[in-house]
Amino acid sequence: MSEHAISVRGLTKSFSGRKVVDNLEMVVPKGSIYGFLGPNGSGKTTTIRMMCGLLTPDAGEGDCLGFDILRQSGQIKENVGYMTQKFSLYEDLTIRENLDFVARMYRVRNRTARVDRALDELGLADRAKQLAGTLSGGWKQRLALAACMIHEPAVLLLDEPTAGVDPKARRDFWDEIRRLAAKGVTVLVSTHYMDEAVQCDYIAYIAYGKKLIDGLAREIPSKVGLSTWLVEGPDIAALEATLRKDPGVGQVARFGTVLHVSGIDKEALAKVAERETAKKTHDWTRKEAGLEEAFIYLMAHSEDNFGNGGQAQ
Amino acid sequence: MSFSLARFRAVLVKEFIQMRRDRITFAMMIGVPIMQLLLFGYAINSDPRHLPTLVEMADDGPASRAILMGMQTSGYFEVEGVVTSAEEGDRALRDGTASFVVVIPPDFERDVVRGHSPDILLAADASDPAAAAGAMGAISGIVSTAISETLTGALSYAASSPPPFGVVVHRQFNPEGETSTNIVPGLLAIILSMTMTMITAVAIVRETERGTMETLISTPVRPAEVMLGKILPYVIVGYVQTGVFLAAAQILFAVPFLGSPLAFFVGFNLFIIVNLALGFMISTIARNQMQAMQVSFFTLLPSILLSGFMFPFAGMPGWAQAIGSVIPATHFLRLVRKVMLKGAEMADIATDLWRIGIIMAVIVVIALRRYRQTLD
Repeated sequence: MSEHAISVRGLTKSFSGRKVVDNLEMVVPKGSIYGFLGPNGSGKTTTIRMMCGLLTPDAGEGDCLGFDILRQSGQIKENVGYMTQKFSLYEDLTIRENLDFVARMYRVRNRTARVDRALDELGLADRAKQLAGTLSGGWKQRLALAACMIHEPAVLLLDEPTAGVDPKARRDFWDEIRRLAAKGVTVLVSTHYMDEAVQCDYIAYIAYGKKLIDGLAREIPSKVGLSTWLVEGPDIAALEATLRKDPGVGQVARFGTVLHVSGIDKEALAKVAERETAKKTHDWTRKEAGLEEAFIYLMAHSEDNFGNGGQAQ
Repeated sequence: MSFSLARFRAVLVKEFIQMRRDRITFAMMIGVPIMQLLLFGYAINSDPRHLPTLVEMADDGPASRAILMGMQTSGYFEVEGVVTSAEEGDRALRDGTASFVVVIPPDFERDVVRGHSPDILLAADASDPAAAAGAMGAISGIVSTAISETLTGALSYAASSPPPFGVVVHRQFNPEGETSTNIVPGLLAIILSMTMTMITAVAIVRETERGTMETLISTPVRPAEVMLGKILPYVIVGYVQTGVFLAAAQILFAVPFLGSPLAFFVGFNLFIIVNLALGFMISTIARNQMQAMQVSFFTLLPSILLSGFMFPFAGMPGWAQAIGSVIPATHFLRLVRKVMLKGAEMADIATDLWRIGIIMAVIVVIALRRYRQTLD
């Protein structure tokens, strides 16, 4: 991973005495889609803002595209596209006027042609004269993406870009992200949708300002070290309630009529499975632990941390 | 659907909580009435006393001295010094250092004794008719009392024989005593204070409130580019306002414009900038547009009441004058009145300019120290 787009170490930021980001280390390889996951308030937005120079870290260092995040935020801003969590373009300007304004901010060459192309690519051409404030959530998000892409940045920082957007628009959005990544753009995207985590090449999971785990997306489940069983059968709700109380079971997640029963302690869970299988009421099948189970586990885990005063391990 | 006390209570409690959380609004709700009470109650005096007076004394006999003494004790006049020529007196009236110049002619006392009925000249800065009225009304009485007290014994016949002297009052700069002649030029200071400050404060806070500031500062844009780009449109608005004002002053109110256009131009540009800077400073304090409006209004109140716009500056107590002196409108108001009504040139408004300049420097330093280029 010598070819990185972003690399930060020891990143720390406090707001009114509360550590929002704590000693965070992160390396985003060039050209990857890097998923940045964690519950609400875990410090994702703060981290992204520090990476692009909108916030000054209390401690730590790092670089983005070879520019120092503490001293060269000017150069970073020139080469990074940042999409804010909340729609933050001008609602009282039209779509074209917004794109044109952002293009001028970055002193884009052949501005008019570039804006036209952006409108075409995102299918906004016939809406160019519509006021941005009158757009629906999905269209606003498309416009925001077009705006932060207007200067053709090498790195995209997307802060929960799909929050509050309908499934179809989300799918289109991710198609677009993958198309950009294929062209060599590095994309750091924060989300708390698990189905989006699956789309990422790399993943980092943070909770309460601390990174709990990171790595290749496909390696995350084995890193967490869960073993999982699929359980099917009648009266699944009652079984779910019983299993939750069982000390040998780490967690139970229900997907429709199927239970995903997982635990860190492989042996203990196997004993539970053996015992339950003997009753012959439900089908128990061993399965490879997926990202979903891993994240449910991590999230439950981080809530525990909160209860213990934010001590993560 | 009966009236529920519990629901009513819930709304009530919620309102109190929100009121307490919005510190600035709360401070304004308490602060504005207190300020109005203090200003109207203590600071404002529509019959001002102790107006600065200079004397051109060509005869310093006992009668002349008695007249000055009488003026001083009347409370209307504060005799601050002596001038030796008519030009000196004129200049003092024009640049505002004196409200009155009393001219006692040569051989005044001798002429009184001889029954020649000499004239005392009271040159008054009547640009503010209200400020000068009381003193001008009182002058005859003061002088005749002083004369009758001085001319006693063998000379008492001169005092009693009617009239031993005359008092000629020169109402300068506003001979008809029109209120509009004084109010209209002052109004420019108020119009610009109000609109420039408020518009700038709101325009910047709006970016923060709507979240567009985050996009703006995530681009490579520099603070100076944002500032200039945001402020320039409003400078143009200020120019338009001033243009409309000048036309209205001439056409509707027949207010003269006697002084140097250059002095006016320099003055109003400086004043526009100081108000934009003030608006910018307010925008670094206020968190939403509502608060920006309130704080702007809070700064406007003393601009109207303590600047000398509605009530004579000289009539206010010392502490109120001290507060008035740090308000840019006070100095701009004087500047505009001097230029329009008294025919002032650049040299006559230098004091006002550097005072506005100092106020501006302080505001700009505070504003820039509070401005953040990041979201910290």
